[in-house]
Amino acid sequence: MENRAIFSGKLLPCLLILPQLAISLIFFYWPAAQALWQSFLVQDAFGLSTEFVWFENYVNLLQTPEYYHAIGVTLVFSALVAFFSLGLGLLLAAMANRNIRGIQIYRTFLIVPYAVAPAVASVLFIFMLQPGLGMIARALQRAGIDWNPVLNGTHAMILVVIVAVWNQISYNFLFFLAGLQAIPKSVIEAAAIDGARPMRRFWTIIFPLLSPTTFFLIIVNITYVFFNTLGIIDTATGGGPSGATQTLVYKVFQDGKVGTDLGGSAAQSVILMVIVVALTAFQFRYVEKKVHY
Amino acid sequence: MASVTLRNVQKTYPGGFLAIKGIDFAVGDGQFCVLVGPSGCGKSTLLRMVAGLETITDGEIDIGGRIVNQIEPAERDIAMVFQNYALYPHMTVYDNMAYGLRNRRMAEPEIKTRVEEAARILELGAMLTRKPGQLSGGQRQRVAMGRAIVRQPKVFLFDEPLSNLDAKLRIAMRVEIRKLQRRLKTTSIYVTHDQLEAMTLADILVVMNGGQVEQIGNPLDIYQKPATTFVASFIGAPPMNLLPIKPDEFKSQSGGDLAVEAGILGVRPEDLVVSSEATSGIAFDLTVEAIERVGAETYIYGTRQRGAQSIAANPGETPPGEVIVRIPGAVAPDIGEKIRAVAPREKLHLFSADGRQRIGP
Repeated sequence: MENRAIFSGKLLPCLLILPQLAISLIFFYWPAAQALWQSFLVQDAFGLSTEFVWFENYVNLLQTPEYYHAIGVTLVFSALVAFFSLGLGLLLAAMANRNIRGIQIYRTFLIVPYAVAPAVASVLFIFMLQPGLGMIARALQRAGIDWNPVLNGTHAMILVVIVAVWNQISYNFLFFLAGLQAIPKSVIEAAAIDGARPMRRFWTIIFPLLSPTTFFLIIVNITYVFFNTLGIIDTATGGGPSGATQTLVYKVFQDGKVGTDLGGSAAQSVILMVIVVALTAFQFRYVEKKVHY
Repeated sequence: MASVTLRNVQKTYPGGFLAIKGIDFAVGDGQFCVLVGPSGCGKSTLLRMVAGLETITDGEIDIGGRIVNQIEPAERDIAMVFQNYALYPHMTVYDNMAYGLRNRRMAEPEIKTRVEEAARILELGAMLTRKPGQLSGGQRQRVAMGRAIVRQPKVFLFDEPLSNLDAKLRIAMRVEIRKLQRRLKTTSIYVTHDQLEAMTLADILVVMNGGQVEQIGNPLDIYQKPATTFVASFIGAPPMNLLPIKPDEFKSQSGGDLAVEAGILGVRPEDLVVSSEATSGIAFDLTVEAIERVGAETYIYGTRQRGAQSIAANPGETPPGEVIVRIPGAVAPDIGEKIRAVAPREKLHLFSADGRQRIGP
């Protein structure tokens, strides 16, 4: 059943993949190589002299307690964001896959948040959750909860998780909806005749048949939460209070851009890259076996 | 085991379109009922209403003495075989068949017995650990059947189960389904657009058109005495020749027994004989336009030499003025040759001018 285009020469296929290769080379491999090179260098504060120091940057890094703290923060943050954005995206997609009046309108509105830039999303939620003037924050305070993400680390974490999840749900929703619509209706009808109630139908038929979509989204979401949440954290909390929301990628940004420790920051981004590559490889190796295509 | 009775069943879609216009029929315990009709006639919709996959807007459906209008598909004690089989692609053949039993919390040893019994009947024993993707079309079809029979339901519903198979396999599976149904004695309703499948499978044949029943009965009775011109042209291949006639013409041809006004005369291709002798029946003078030899028999397509007026064409009907003659063997006249085809009087069918009513013989 394979339906492939066969090219006779070598020139045309090479030309066709050239643009993609060029983009990967310029925007990924080059910066990655630069980061790797820089992670072996130390520069003085004025950028006047540069010294090649081998693994000194890495050794220094692995001796800083804040770095381990950032790893912990990242794990908590990414687990929460991935879990809620996938879970809610799937829930909404399952709801929107039914025949109800005005479903097109709901679907459109559910996709809109993805068009909002992460920093803008952050600002929206900061307003709503600002202890002094946000309407949600005031409702919480009236309910007796001393809500204050500026001072309370847990609250700050909740704030960035909410923003990151809200920003990512639409993407997951869209893919889950497409995945659900690709499941033949007759298979679900057959399960209904076979006596499976809606919840059982979902877990024994629909969810396994969605597994390729879920697997793809897990990879994409992990990449998202490791890298693309920088803007959200920067706008919402700036990594604070006292490092409570300082994820690995945010620490790379702070140490390199704000602290101008280019070597240390480069070492961090190399480690971060290795972690993400390892995670993805692990998933392809072990989780993909459970996926039914 | 149960009988199925439909009383004035109707289906109106939200837009106001009346898809099923009041249908009544009964399928006795253990009988095999076939719903046949052209695409869009509502036969699949009707089957899905019996299954509980479509709502019933009026009338009632009775399965085994229980009105099931408001009952969920799972509670109706029916099993359905879908056109695309609708197997669970992520489960093995065994799990596909066991799924419905597990949902009903049957004990695993009992499930194993039933699945293995079904696998033995359907010759699927060697494939129980495979997944549907590793099976051929015919094997998938048998798994779909197996999934239905392990449940031992009151009623089997078949929604064009053979239409995705190639011609040879279709004939083999048709015979299998009939044998299986006779053996299990489970009441069955079967939807098809293939009149040959309908004729060979049915105890009761329901011919549908435009959301209505055209005729219900034993397949041979329907073949021999079609109630409308639609049924006459839909059942039988090649279709019955239908020709509009004037009263005097008919009188002269038939010997004057049937005194009727203008109508439509029907004669089956196999009832016509190429002969120059005068008979007591009807005779057509034809110019041969085309010849189809299928081996054991030959179809002659001829046009009537006298100008024939056109009539409203139903699907599958011959063009106005064209007459098909079916003769045994492969010896046929040449194209362009003039022949006379005659049919005895007792083989003629006469319908009212609108084709909605049979008026004789």
